[in-house]
Formats: sequence, structure tokens, C-alpha cells
Amino acid sequence: MSAQAPLLDVRDLAVSFTTEEGAVQAADGVSFELRAGEVLAVVGESGSGKSVTAATLMGLTRGPNATISGTAVFEGTELVAASDEELQRIRGNRMAMVFQDPLSSLDPVYRVADQIVEQIRAHRDTDKEEARERAIELMEAVGIPDAVGRADAYPHEFSGGMRQRVMIAMALSLDPALLIADEPTTALDVTIQAQIIDLLRELNRSRELAVLLITHDIGVVAEIADRVAVMYGGRIVEYGTAEEIFYDPQHPYTWGLLGSLTRIDRPRPQRLPQIPGMPPSLIAPPEGCHFRPRCPHAFDRCVEVPGLEARLPAAPGHLDRCWLEPERKSELQKTSPLRGPG
Amino acid sequence: MTTTGERLLEVRELVKHFPVKSGVLISREVDQVKAVDGVDLEIAAGETLGLVGESGSGKSTLGRAILQLIDPTSGSVRFEGRELVGLRQRELRPLRREMQMIFQDPHASLNPRKRVGQIVGSPLKLNGLASGAELKRRVEELLDRVGLSPEHYERFPHEFSGGQRQRIGIARAIALKPKLIVADEPVSALDVSIQAQIVNLLDDLQDDLGMAYLFVAHDIGVVRHISDRIAVMHDGKIVEQGGADQVCERPRDPYTKKLLAAVPIPDPREARERLAGRG
Repeated sequence: MSAQAPLLDVRDLAVSFTTEEGAVQAADGVSFELRAGEVLAVVGESGSGKSVTAATLMGLTRGPNATISGTAVFEGTELVAASDEELQRIRGNRMAMVFQDPLSSLDPVYRVADQIVEQIRAHRDTDKEEARERAIELMEAVGIPDAVGRADAYPHEFSGGMRQRVMIAMALSLDPALLIADEPTTALDVTIQAQIIDLLRELNRSRELAVLLITHDIGVVAEIADRVAVMYGGRIVEYGTAEEIFYDPQHPYTWGLLGSLTRIDRPRPQRLPQIPGMPPSLIAPPEGCHFRPRCPHAFDRCVEVPGLEARLPAAPGHLDRCWLEPERKSELQKTSPLRGPG
Repeated sequence: MTTTGERLLEVRELVKHFPVKSGVLISREVDQVKAVDGVDLEIAAGETLGLVGESGSGKSTLGRAILQLIDPTSGSVRFEGRELVGLRQRELRPLRREMQMIFQDPHASLNPRKRVGQIVGSPLKLNGLASGAELKRRVEELLDRVGLSPEHYERFPHEFSGGQRQRIGIARAIALKPKLIVADEPVSALDVSIQAQIVNLLDDLQDDLGMAYLFVAHDIGVVRHISDRIAVMHDGKIVEQGGADQVCERPRDPYTKKLLAAVPIPDPREARERLAGRG
């Protein structure tokens, strides 16, 4: 593996599920790279495919009703075609995941330190005392006060924020290179959310831990992401550095996502810019660009699916799926109902 | 329609304590949760008061205690000058027309076995205000008013998306042209693009119908957008109250400051500066 190779290289990942109502194309043509030590945020609304993408990387969407194609190479191993045993070895070890709801991910009848110990001993040949020391060390590292005293407490004795810290400690127990965090702060109050984001940033820096953050909250993205993938209707519609996405968004859906936010750092507009209509059905999605029916700037070409491509000569890493010419976009952005003032 | 400015609701020293019980055979009260602990607030006709707080702050309990959906432990709630605390259900009933509620989860607050037409029309029917063809016409008008189509009349709630279900809940709440609507986290279960639609709808309805809102939410950004004034609640108490911009731009209370500092700013450069200071 050369020094330049990304830690995770996802190419054309597609996931569909067979359901009674028909095939659900949950993710389609998803491609991105995550470099070692980098934070990539995948942002989107419900049904955008962001969580399915993350779960698929962990092998959690495998099943008789799922069809998965494409490739995802992580540290030299291709995950889509990997056997369950191979995945088992990587999962928790080199690549770990934390979920939205820490209470349902922790076993209520085991003491928290024991759960971390079990995780360590499942992958490493360590004795109990050593693993327990390591568990307490990790609880301290993620900012649980009085870790020694609380090691033998049960999950229900922790607050939501502290439970999420326990989950993060457990995820870090085998020193992974990649942490996949699926809406890790969504169930938390905003003051606790800020603490967890600070913790993730700190771990990203001190341990060079790469983070794949799945979130619906574009404010959280601004606080932590180096790179951003915006998903809509199962596809990445825009991909670039945080600065590119926030200061020069190219896809009208991204305009709408940024425009419809309420911002406490700006004077409030008379009216919130809004995206009309509803997200697409993934069983019978619209032809071509999935955003087309809601897009005030759609034109005849939009019935074809635009590729995820670099369209700005000055920004070769900034990709989007929109047929509009870049010059036309900068013109439209000034008056687009999706953007609003500012 | 009431004119803006007249005092519609006056809450004084409102308290709601929940007993904490212990014991297997003989249950004794061992402690109390002071969910609402001496709250004073006022809402003028046609005004929006935003009530913001984190989970456990008591904001939802306060909303319900104001509407007498739970009995306050003590204190006073006056609606158009009339004391509500201590009224019997029969005495409250005529006043209920004037005070409606919108809930966070429109799925749980809509009867899954009733058609949309029945749900939206039930307040009109139960109050004997319309029936038959007239009822149907009024319901279709309401559906149109909240951005649904008359064809939705015969459908069931599960056939709708989250945003549309919230519209159904809103249509039901405005059916009797109430003077006050308590909206408890009405947009927090919705995606951000749908949130903006519902916030704008609530704004438009207020312009047309002139009702007052008590808008209860944890998201101070949304609360500031929709509110004339904001009350910040923490541990059962209002810690700060004032004009929406004033509270957000020049907060005085330490808790309000902490809350505002934690709200993520969707701007990477500004976020970086703020994070350096958050520590």
C-alpha cells in the first residue's frame, strides 16, 4: 500500500433491498475516499442512504433480501466481497462503529467495564486484569469522571452523554484506524452534543483516528468535518472539502439544505427559504436526477442521471451531480428560492 | 379575532411536582420531582412565546399544565382573565375550544383507524358546529389551508409522510379557530427541509388567523426564528425571558449563554473560531 492510498476507498457502492412493496434502492453509485486521520461527514435527510452506506461497510446490511454491489477497499481488504469471518476480524478491531442510541447498544445486565473487557478479549489475547486496566484507561480517555469508581456501574446508571462516551471507549478499545459514527449526537441535548463533538475532534487529532460521521445536522458537519458528502435519494449529489461545500455549494439540494437552516449567528429572515415537496420514494424514484421534481432550476436534461464529476476547473476535488453549467449556477444562486438571503 | 397586544394568558407561580414513590406493598412518597417550579409568564393575543430548554427542563410539563391536561400542584393560569386552575372538566370544556395543542409525533397523536376527514372534522362535529355536507366542505377548506389536498379526505394517517401528518395535526388544531395553540416540539421529528415548510406554515396561519403560540422546543435556532419573545427553562424554572433577538444576541443568564455556545454554527470558519474558545 503506497503512502497515498486512502484508508477507505468506496467505488460505486449500491445497496438494494427486496421488500413486499418492491425493490428499495437504498444506496446507488456511492463513491468516496477517506484518508487516514481525516473526518468525512456524510450528511443527508432520512432515506438519503447515509446510514445504509455506513452499515454496509460494517457488513451489517448483509442478508437474503439485500443485493450489494461495488467495492469498498479498507486497508487493502475489499469489504463487499469479504467473507463473514474476514469482516469479523476487521470489525471492532481496525474499524469500529458507534450508533445513535447508546442505551440499546449496551447490554443492560452487564457492568460497563465488563462489556469493554469482553470486547478486548474477543479480539486480543489478554488476561482479565490487563483488559480491565485498559478499559478503565479508555473510560478516562473519553472523559468519564471517576472511571475507577464507575467501572462497575450498569448502563442505566449513566446519563445519555456518558453512555455515548462508554460506547466510544468500547469502539476505541482495539485501537481502530477508522471510527464510523452514525448520528452519535442526535439523541443528546445540545450542550452534551457539543461535548461529544469535542471528544471526537480530540480523538481524531491525538490518535489520528479517521472518522466517518453520518449525520443529518449540517451544523455538526461544520464543526468537525474535513470533507463532506451530501446524500439525497440514495446518491451522493455533492462531495468536497468542508469549505467547498459550505462556501461554494454546487448542487441545488445543498443550497436548499444550507438555506433552510435557522442560524443564531445571523439576523433572522422574514421567512425561511424552503425546499418544496417531499423526498423521493426509493421504490419508484423519479427518472434522472432524484432532486428534479423539487428543483426550481430543473431543465430537460435532468431526466438523465448526472455523474458525480468535477465541474469546476479550479476545484478538481469538488464533485457534484448537476447538469447546470457552473456559470449558470453562480448566476442562479443569487436569486434561488432555495438559498435565501446571506 | 383578538387584536395583538391584549393579554391572553397569564401564568403565575405555577408549580407541578410529581411524587417519587417507593415501597412494594405500602407505597410511600419518598421524594418529589419539581418539573415546574414556580413559573411566571404571559402571552399576548397573536403573539408567539418560544419556550426553550433541554430534556428534563420541564418545558413540556409546563405546556401541558397550562392547558390543564395535567393538574398543576399550585399556582395560577388565567386565560382571558379567567382562572383555569381548579376548574372542573365540565367547566373547562367550552374553554378547550380556545386552546389547542400540536404534538411532536404526529403519528402517535392521530388515530390510525380514522380517516383524515374524520380526524380533522372531529372538533367541529363534537362541538356541534357543522355536520353533513357543511362539515365536509369545512374540512376540505382546512386541508387546503395547511397545504394538503381535498383528495386526502378519505385517506388514513399511515399513508402520509411525517411532514404531512404534522399538517393534519395542525388542521385539527386550527379547526375551531383557537386563540392559543401550544405546540410541543412540532418540528423536531422532521427533516430539516420539511421543518422549514412547517415553520413557514405556522407563521402564515398566525398571520391569517391571529392566534397566539406557545412554541415549545429544544432547538433555539428554530425557536428564535418563529418567536416574538423567548423564555429559557432550566430545572423547572424560567431562567431568562425577553425579546427573541435580545435573548439570542445578548443573553444574560449563564445557562442561556451555555446553551447558545453549544449550538453548532453551519460555517466551518466561524465554527473553528468558536471551538477554540469552547475548550
